[in-house]
Amino acid sequence: MAEILIPKIAPPAGGAARPKAGAPLIEIENLSLYYGAAKALKSISLKLEEKIVTAFIGPSGCGKSTLLRCLNRMNDLIDNVRIDGAIRIGGHDIYDANVDVIELRKRVGMVFQKSNPFPKSIYENVAYGLRLHGVKKKAELDEAVEKSLQQSALWDEVKDRLNASALGLSGGQQQRLCIARAIAIRPEIILMDEPASALDPIATTRVEELILELKKDFTIVIVTHNMQQAARISDQTAFFYIGELVEFDNTAKIFTNPAKKQTEDYVTGRFG
Amino acid sequence: MNTVTTPQHLPDPPKPATRHFRAEKFDFWSFFFSGLTGLATLFILGILATILLNILVNGWSAISWHFVSTIPKKDFFDAKTTGVLPMIVGTSFRVIVMTIFVIPVGVITAIYLTEYAPNTSIITRIIRAAVNNLAGVPSIVFGLFGLGFFINFVGKNLDLVLNNTNAVWGQPALLWASLTLAVMTLPVVIVATEESLKAIPPGLREASLALGATKLETILRVVLPQALPGIMTGGILAVSRAAGEVAPILFTGVAYYMASLPTHLSDQFMDLGYHVFVLSTQSPNIDQTRPILYATVLVLLFLTFALNLVAILIRARVRKKLRALG
Repeated sequence: MAEILIPKIAPPAGGAARPKAGAPLIEIENLSLYYGAAKALKSISLKLEEKIVTAFIGPSGCGKSTLLRCLNRMNDLIDNVRIDGAIRIGGHDIYDANVDVIELRKRVGMVFQKSNPFPKSIYENVAYGLRLHGVKKKAELDEAVEKSLQQSALWDEVKDRLNASALGLSGGQQQRLCIARAIAIRPEIILMDEPASALDPIATTRVEELILELKKDFTIVIVTHNMQQAARISDQTAFFYIGELVEFDNTAKIFTNPAKKQTEDYVTGRFG
Repeated sequence: MNTVTTPQHLPDPPKPATRHFRAEKFDFWSFFFSGLTGLATLFILGILATILLNILVNGWSAISWHFVSTIPKKDFFDAKTTGVLPMIVGTSFRVIVMTIFVIPVGVITAIYLTEYAPNTSIITRIIRAAVNNLAGVPSIVFGLFGLGFFINFVGKNLDLVLNNTNAVWGQPALLWASLTLAVMTLPVVIVATEESLKAIPPGLREASLALGATKLETILRVVLPQALPGIMTGGILAVSRAAGEVAPILFTGVAYYMASLPTHLSDQFMDLGYHVFVLSTQSPNIDQTRPILYATVLVLLFLTFALNLVAILIRARVRKKLRALG
């Protein structure tokens, strides 16, 4: 594995201070979400702590991706979405009227199901977020790009062709590049929406190892359809079914001794 | 365990039939229709080839360096002394000035329609319908619009504001002809740009927004660079359409004869397409004029081709750059 460096870049000015250790970083309180008249999330309450991996599992259409996209307000882009309840990150309600969505997304990064590198060079992909947020000095960019690529375990594979197109990378490399791009701006939280579902088993393993390494520096929320993956990499697991949070507990408990029959049926593969 | 033996009473397994990847029978209808499509293509190509060859053969002999580099005298029907330099300059200028106006306006309109306008709203639908209908308006109507709007309204008022005693802008001019052409080719650029914007995967926009980019930053840094080849295709189509148009410039800028080349946007200009019309309708001796008529058409074809070629080469470079890097 590549050496993991402690992030040196200070969080952007104006970012709120991190909460005290032990306090939940993300608090979701009675969150309901409607697409027009259809209720996609039904008063969900969850508390996620800092620097752990939380997995959202559940059958397709259960609302886990929708909930994930609430955390960096990507749902804002969809028409006719209405939200009740509150999400607090570091104690601040992110749906408050005076919240700067740009600032929020800097602090809450995202990795998508389908790897989506920009049709630019590898270097420019990682530098994109930094440039957006005003980093101009070449030395500073170079350092941050290298650090992010090392942290996403891609540096050794691409260091000789940083100026080559990112589209020439393999699927697994592209997804790790997207992770490098997300961590380059030093978010506190990384949201991952089925990041390995389009990858082959070897690339999947690499991404999973990477997630375990990233846990040291970042709080990670991951949506996955893969039970084994949730069991392998997450500390806590939330099981959703048709817009409701059925059970939320330590991953070990969910997979060995769930409290609800529905959860047991799902994790043992009896339905879904 | 016992080995399984083949029972004796079973007949021999049937011989595998020879496998054909093509139907064995001659299929008349598929032959007929593929033949029909081929014939239709051949027919179109034949017409095109006839036109081009006719022009090339008849026009080539009349083309000389003198012909393309001379400003003719007022009597330009004499094959020995005439030239088409002012027409080449005029047509090139009006197409270039048009491109400078139509690309930014068309691209910004397309960005508004695809990125900002609420898709379901009535206003957006009206704008889209207007753009589509604009493409169906006869070009002579654009010419009249240019005369009424650009010259009689904008130009005359500009003269008033600038205190010009003589009409400078309130008369047919290169600028007004170019703007009229720009209005006419606007739908081409808008539609081409919209198509190329829509073709950009939504994942790229999401990735940019999720990194904390604003919508404007996403459009400028991710969407537009990707859409550039498509936008240029729109530009190429607009140039092709505009280069040969005569009707829109008829009242807005073209001159029957000018003794010097246009030097200012408020000058009138001579034009290849219009000159073809003049040569074929105003000549005192049609047989004597015919060779220069052919030659003028040939020059117009070359010029359109050259303008297109420049745009295509630039687009190829942009594509190559996008593919290699970005």
